[in-house]
Amino acid sequence: MSNEVVMEIVDVHKSFGATKALAGVNFTLHKGEIHALCGENGAGKSTLMKVIDGLHQPDSGDLYIKGNKVVIRGALEAQKLGIGFVHQEIVLCPDVSVAENINMALTNQSNKWFVNFAKMNTRAKESLKDIAPHINPAARLDSLRISEQQLVEIAKALTLDCEVLILDEPTAALTESESKALFSIMQSLKAKGISIIYISHRMAEVFEQCDRVTVLRDGIWISTEKVQNTSPNEVVKNMVGRDVGHLYPEKSQCSIADMEVMLEVSNLSDSNRFSNIGFKLHQGEIFGVSGLIGAGRSEMVKAICGLHERKTGNIHFQGKSISISHYSDSIDQGIVYLSEDRKEDGVFLDMSIARNVSVLKLDQVCNNLKCIDASVEREQAQRLTDKLKLKSAGMDKPVSSLSGGNQQKVALAKMLSVNPSIIILDEPTRGIDVGAKVEIHQLIRQLANEGVGVIVISSELPEVVGLCDRVMVMHEGKQQGTLGGDDITEQNIIHLASGLGQREKRIIKTKGLEVA
Amino acid sequence: MSNPGTNHSINVLGSAPGEPLKKGNLLSGFGNMREATLILIIAAIFIAMSFASPYFLTWANMKAMMLSFATEGIVVVGMTVLIIVGGIDLSVGAVMCLAMVIAGKLFLMGINPWLASLISIGSCSFMGYLTGLTVTRIGLHTFIATLALMGISRGLSMIITQGTPLSLFTLPPEFKFIGQGSVYGVPFVIIVFFVVIIISDYLLRNASAFRKVFYTGSNEKAAEYSGINTNRVKLGAIILCSTLAGFAGIIYMSKFGAATPNFGVGLELNIIAAAVIGGASLKGGEGSVLGAILGIALLSIVSSSMILLNVSVYWQDLIKGLILLSAVSIDQILHNKRSSR
Repeated sequence: MSNEVVMEIVDVHKSFGATKALAGVNFTLHKGEIHALCGENGAGKSTLMKVIDGLHQPDSGDLYIKGNKVVIRGALEAQKLGIGFVHQEIVLCPDVSVAENINMALTNQSNKWFVNFAKMNTRAKESLKDIAPHINPAARLDSLRISEQQLVEIAKALTLDCEVLILDEPTAALTESESKALFSIMQSLKAKGISIIYISHRMAEVFEQCDRVTVLRDGIWISTEKVQNTSPNEVVKNMVGRDVGHLYPEKSQCSIADMEVMLEVSNLSDSNRFSNIGFKLHQGEIFGVSGLIGAGRSEMVKAICGLHERKTGNIHFQGKSISISHYSDSIDQGIVYLSEDRKEDGVFLDMSIARNVSVLKLDQVCNNLKCIDASVEREQAQRLTDKLKLKSAGMDKPVSSLSGGNQQKVALAKMLSVNPSIIILDEPTRGIDVGAKVEIHQLIRQLANEGVGVIVISSELPEVVGLCDRVMVMHEGKQQGTLGGDDITEQNIIHLASGLGQREKRIIKTKGLEVA
Repeated sequence: MSNPGTNHSINVLGSAPGEPLKKGNLLSGFGNMREATLILIIAAIFIAMSFASPYFLTWANMKAMMLSFATEGIVVVGMTVLIIVGGIDLSVGAVMCLAMVIAGKLFLMGINPWLASLISIGSCSFMGYLTGLTVTRIGLHTFIATLALMGISRGLSMIITQGTPLSLFTLPPEFKFIGQGSVYGVPFVIIVFFVVIIISDYLLRNASAFRKVFYTGSNEKAAEYSGINTNRVKLGAIILCSTLAGFAGIIYMSKFGAATPNFGVGLELNIIAAAVIGGASLKGGEGSVLGAILGIALLSIVSSSMILLNVSVYWQDLIKGLILLSAVSIDQILHNKRSSR
């Protein structure tokens, strides 16, 4: 890393209506550095990046590239200036091949009349080589898993000869090994003198991979530091503007043997994604289901509540065998599921908060004529969202007007509206800022303490380790083992998730007891 | 573990009654804005036309205008529901015609006209059911499924009538009353129309069954993940649309005392346009009966004004097209503004 400045942003302002998204942001990017950009959702990170990529025009302020003042009017101009952008949400065409997606920008810039498919495939293979050699360039994009699509998105940005690469939360959908591949590519790009702007909520990544870190809060520049001169706690503190305290709530002190079994699943299989799963969920515990993306975790829990096909398997709920054929049966039993893709299937973005919260059991807000009483509906939403400390301008505002963390709180309020006995949370904090994350973790623990059985699926290992009382690990649809107490460590989970089997002996024991 | 049920700060499962909110429903504000805009436009046309033509603000002209869209207005209700769920129905014109032809044919075969009408409406519902199954079971888009139903219904009408109109002047007077009679000078059709739209507007806004229509149209997957049987909702909307089209067909039969196999050609476009002008979004999740009715009223007032102003009939479709285009464009611009972040 040198001190040569590649890009400089001076006092950029940007408002959307009355909302000030950026209020005077300064940012400098050196040649060959990896520069982390941190901030809670709504802090203005994405807006700033969209200004750099020409998707938004700033209201005031200047942008310099290598000392020259530039005005960028769109993604094409940004590409020509050497700026590549990997978006947080996957923005690819699902109906065409991987190669066509990767070469999209090049095809657009080319002035040839016909597309050279052979060349396209070669080039795609070349750019996939380092990051995901197993992906077939000829495959249709929608045949890939989410994590693979994310890798394609990154490969696409790599085909451009960019000098500045923006990565907006690239690892949110990647497994650890895929993330590692990405990190080694980032380091090699850095060695070539390419500058990277890296947006992430994960402090470990920021401190291991990045050279400097800039924090934004509420559209205002807070700090820029070399990582060696700061600490994760300080960055988080700058992001939220206060001390967060303990990152995870205290775990349950009860032993599993004393807890009542709430849900017993045995011999659960579907036709191809998972087989022969069995576990017990106790009242008041947080039960984690871990594994790599694609291990069949989501499918398995969805099969329990009737959202995924179930071929074999028995489910006993509070001692009785239950049969669930549609998700509505599951809701009636008090078993609810929070889906992993909030925008896609978790909330109704265009509808009001009140209408989102009431959807699971409309009868609760209906009068005798099966007509909805809007005031009861609003009251219900107000009561539940107040408990979740939701920040909103009113229950009649559409969910799309909320930040990611607050949208997730609406989704949670929806689950809670039916007084659930069991709540299944699939990636409950994906893409959520640190402050909201802590609140949601506390909420989950408090639900468990109130006697709700909680199942949590998470790709973020620190979350699994920090939050769960027990963790079942899956690998390619098979159950690998269940960890409890001090055995819940990242290494143990990765070991099981990689299909390497349960470790023979526990080597790490924290309470001074020696078990060789 | 602490005791379950103790008073935690997040005792969300308790049902303590919260403070009742006194604010109005802001979400419907946008929809209401659309309806208010339409009312203003219609009022402006009324004022302008009352100066331009002495015949415009007469009871006879009002009655004629109302009659011109009352029956179609009933069909618009079904179309609006189906558009909100994310579908579209191209077959309504043909299904209306088929209803008329089936009932007329049965009547000519000697069946009581009331029974014949019931059978006919039932057949339309059944056709809608079958079409709906191709959508929910096979996964066809409603555009294609109803395009096929349009052809099938029109074809059946042609086959049943062998291409010639059925003359039904022998219909009993009490049956003709539906389409031709008046109560205290108000045509019975208009009364039926008002009853249908008032009930359906209320239900669409408030009934929990219709709320599921909005959920499904807004985000089908999220609806599915909320325990809503979205296939059942879609099927219901398609059946409702065909049934109301059948019902309208019967009214027309009573009104004309005849069943013509080429009746209602192109009517579906008028009805879709009305629903969309009234604020129904083809992306699903938005729309109201009141808006759609104002939409069809606007189209009808514009055409009757043009007739009074001696504008050539050849201009009418063009002007209707422009109205549709501007309504949808304004809608899209507002949408873009709202979601520009």
